[in-house]
Amino acid sequence: MQELALILVGALLVNNFVLAQFLGLCPFIGVSGNYDTAVSMGFATTFVLTLSACLSHVSYHYVLVPLGLGYLNIITFVVIIASVVQFTELFVRSVSPLLHQALGIYLPLITTNCAVLGVALLALGQGLTFLQTMVYAIGAALGFTAVLVVFAAMRERLEHADVPAAFQGAPIALVSAGILSLAFLGFAGLGG
Amino acid sequence: MLWVLIALLPGSVAMSYFYGTSYLVNVTVALLAGLASEAACLALRRAPLSQLGDGSAAVTAILLALALPPNVPIAVVLVAVVSAISLAKHLYGGLGHNLFNPAMVGYAIVLISFPADLALWPSPTDANTGATALVSMRFRDGLTVAEAWRPEQGFGLVGDFSWEWINLAFLGGGLLLCLKGFAAWRVPAAMLATLGAFALVTYDGGSSASAGSPMFHWFSGATMLAAFFFATDPVTHPISHRGQLIFGAIVGAMTFVVRAYGNYPDGLAFGILLANALTPFLDKRLAAVRA
Repeated sequence: MQELALILVGALLVNNFVLAQFLGLCPFIGVSGNYDTAVSMGFATTFVLTLSACLSHVSYHYVLVPLGLGYLNIITFVVIIASVVQFTELFVRSVSPLLHQALGIYLPLITTNCAVLGVALLALGQGLTFLQTMVYAIGAALGFTAVLVVFAAMRERLEHADVPAAFQGAPIALVSAGILSLAFLGFAGLGG
Repeated sequence: MLWVLIALLPGSVAMSYFYGTSYLVNVTVALLAGLASEAACLALRRAPLSQLGDGSAAVTAILLALALPPNVPIAVVLVAVVSAISLAKHLYGGLGHNLFNPAMVGYAIVLISFPADLALWPSPTDANTGATALVSMRFRDGLTVAEAWRPEQGFGLVGDFSWEWINLAFLGGGLLLCLKGFAAWRVPAAMLATLGAFALVTYDGGSSASAGSPMFHWFSGATMLAAFFFATDPVTHPISHRGQLIFGAIVGAMTFVVRAYGNYPDGLAFGILLANALTPFLDKRLAAVRA
């Protein structure tokens, strides 16, 4: 139990995917312009990330390895992620067309969110069990969502700031992300 | 800004008493560098140079000089001050627009870049440099608290002897600032209460695994300076009273977690930056709850 808690805190804070491992920066910058979109995007990514990490784990250990096809892991994981994203997109479109429109290109782009593939591959590399993979994926996804939402609130405030023209938009967002990343360095060393 | 400088006086006097003139050199260098980079940024942004008179750059520079060890290389002071003024303040549009406390950003940047230089404080009892109480606490190789604190190293009742007085002086100045209404008292109150509560819950009387008593956490390192002068920057903490309490609690909790379990000896800078980042979110959420 304690081990699972450490994995959760590790993926959530210490090795936060956005601020410590610098994965998933494309949606982090792309969707954080609007608070409500960021919240929805965060939950969509959480869903995709957890489901695809679990499916990847199962397919690797119970299909690829018995067949001696372990080297096909990346291409298999990409296919799994793409289908989970398709499934999510269909779901969002039928439940909330408005949200579907707001997320726009970023919803199918979850496929190319390197954090999603990153979680599947990193969990594999650390030799985690199924339950550990699930906790790791939930931690990573919640960390991504939390940072995305907090960052979206920061960017809404930045819209009213008198930022020099050359730094408006993505540049000042990246500077803020850098300072936020400094703050997250404080978590280094937690959980051993 | 004038009152902030007045409130900083007791602490500054205590620091110069214990650490001597090298620390006054730092203040002078920081002040000059701060005003120069402020003027340069204002010129680049084509803003009136009269804004130099608001005193915010001077306060940022002096706060940084107080937070850095007195015999740190001049280059470190310069890096801290210039990045504080240019990167954390003017890139965001100047005073009132910054998301993060400029002085804290400058401090965190040099803390990450030059950790060894920032860990060494001169011993107040002799001419040697040594580790601070927090550093000794962090890297004490299984000693108990009583074994790690030998009086001849300048440790007093609850921590570093000199730091007890310095923190007391900053506490006095900070209380003045709160009484005058220039600082939101809820922020330092919540921060110190949370820090003390965490320390009290985990305190076991000073064994080799102990993280220190509440008194140790309150009166060592830059706790009081950070609580009353860094965390209370009105631009970077929440507007609502509840938000300020949560803000202070985040700073206190993060400080304790880093001090007790993290890699760095002190977590004040990380705690304040993290709470700064959460401020727009807290303002937004708490406003939504009320509406």
